Amino acid sequence: MLKIKTPKTQRAARALEKRAPKLVENGKKTLILHGTKTSSMLNDVLTQIYHLKRGNAVKYTKKNKEIRPFESGGETSLEFYSLKSDYSLFVFGSHSKKRPNNLVLGRLYDHHVYDLVEVGVENLKPMESFVYDKKLTPKIGSKPFFAFIGESFESVEELKHLKEVLLDLFRGEVVENLNLAGVDRVYVCTAISPTTVFFTHCALRLKRSGTTIPRMELVEIGPSMDFVVRRHHLPNDSLKKEAMKTASQQSKKQVKNVSRDVVQGKIGKIYMSDQQVGGMALSYDIKGLKRQRREAKTKNSAKEDQAKKRKTDS
Amino acid sequence: MEAEKFQIDLGNLMAYDPSHHFPSLPDSREELTRKCLERGTELVQAVANALFILPSSEDPDGPIVTLPEPTTKLPREKHLPKPKPPTKWEQFAKMKGIKNHKKDKRVFDEQTSTWKRRHGYDRVNDDKDIPIIEAKPTDEPGEDPFAKRKAEKKQRVEKQEKNRLQNLKQAKKAGALPSHVQLAATALPITGTKTEVPKKANKQELENVAGMAAAATASGGKFDKKLPGEKPAKHPGKYRKFLPVVEGKGMGSQEKQQTDKILNKLMSQSSHDILDVNKAVSMYNVKAEKRRKHEKEKGASSSNSGKMKPKKKSFKKSATKKSSKKSAPKKH
Repeated sequence: MLKIKTPKTQRAARALEKRAPKLVENGKKTLILHGTKTSSMLNDVLTQIYHLKRGNAVKYTKKNKEIRPFESGGETSLEFYSLKSDYSLFVFGSHSKKRPNNLVLGRLYDHHVYDLVEVGVENLKPMESFVYDKKLTPKIGSKPFFAFIGESFESVEELKHLKEVLLDLFRGEVVENLNLAGVDRVYVCTAISPTTVFFTHCALRLKRSGTTIPRMELVEIGPSMDFVVRRHHLPNDSLKKEAMKTASQQSKKQVKNVSRDVVQGKIGKIYMSDQQVGGMALSYDIKGLKRQRREAKTKNSAKEDQAKKRKTDS
Repeated sequence: MEAEKFQIDLGNLMAYDPSHHFPSLPDSREELTRKCLERGTELVQAVANALFILPSSEDPDGPIVTLPEPTTKLPREKHLPKPKPPTKWEQFAKMKGIKNHKKDKRVFDEQTSTWKRRHGYDRVNDDKDIPIIEAKPTDEPGEDPFAKRKAEKKQRVEKQEKNRLQNLKQAKKAGALPSHVQLAATALPITGTKTEVPKKANKQELENVAGMAAAATASGGKFDKKLPGEKPAKHPGKYRKFLPVVEGKGMGSQEKQQTDKILNKLMSQSSHDILDVNKAVSMYNVKAEKRRKHEKEKGASSSNSGKMKPKKKSFKKSATKKSSKKSAPKKH
């Protein structure tokens, strides 16, 4: 037997509505976590990524023994977390002798693992080690610029995949309107070899130039690191096709308060607030003022009379 | 380095330079970062050029531009919402051509001759507003028409709930359940094989189980307070029988008997013969005695040998079977 369960509070209903599949989706949330063994460098990397993505990322502190993203059974925990707190991206760090400073960047579709890229982190320079003018610090949640350099991003499949995943990870929310005063950060990724990508994060300084378009200046603020691509799992074709499907934005916005009539044609309705006609003032001449004026007049005239009288007298 | 065409994705504020490649890796890290930043600056400038050209609307915070849609396609987070299948009523209405007309919120109530709302608190045609129901000739004498109306309404509501559940089940099958609805199972489904129906335990069973549970403590339930009406456990303790230290007169050695019993049990369990040895031995002894008697009589009364004696047939088991298996029981 089945029972219909509906949320009893509006808050619960809103929360469910937020997580439901929609035509235009919310921004993806990221989960940052680590496995049984991590090195100090890896811990730094994870915290740095968390700081870069503050606002739509969550960092778990406990170690997760059973998560092995590349094995078939080892992703159930990840999928469970994703289901419970609505994450679609994850960054999983682990350290072993065979794969030192390992970082697995992954995406989830419908709370199941969609694709994975495994990279090793080298030559980390954390944010604290950079010296720069503190006024340039980018704000949390600002939309970043991306600069990808290198032909390997097109020719090598792993790097192509990594490019896509990095874009997805760091781009933040897809917005229609952008405030041009708020552009302040850029991620620069350079393919220095067919297996390594040099990744760095810079702040933007907009300098005055002759034209309306300002001159851009990059100030490195970190973190900067090398990604060595190790393994990757591409999604299978049917899943990829399904995930890439977009519905044509067909739903026309219903125009309200407009209707058509056969006789009169197009009619619109205007709603106005209650004009309390009874309480409105008819003229600017308030009765009290009238009396004052009258009295003032009589006083003046009396004074004049007196003055006249005096004149005549004297 | 002219005529460089960057791939610019304005919706993502991204620029990609596909033509660059490092002929040789720079020696030092600083060189590398410097070069990368140089190229990065060029790319960002290209994006900014395209960005600041867009028509902007003035705002107290700054100029706001409308970004175009991103050109790099990235996978969705969740599947596209599936269209809801039409409900039973919707199908029926479509078939019959019934259109949905917009209804007024306020309706004139005939009972109270006032304007009331259609649904909700103070609504039209409410059951509690009816003071008198006139009796019809078809009515039964003992029936309460008010209760009947209530029962009918309850039935209608139940039917509607059932229909709603069916519609939601159809929607779930199509994968288009509305986000705020969840269908929860209240009982386990009946599968193909006969599942064990949890039958109700009767009083005796419950008492037995309660007694067993009470005794399942470290001290065997001896020191627990007994509830009123609780019967003591049926098997009170003592599971071992110890032989008396001093043997009484009369019966033989109890210890010997005990060990014999155990041994016989073991032996009979291990022996797989169809033969019962004791029975066979006693039968043989009886037969042997009879033969001896017979011999004695023969010897004593040889004169009677002329008479025909009725042949004594033994209806017991044949001797041949006996003799062949008279050996000691095989030890396994």
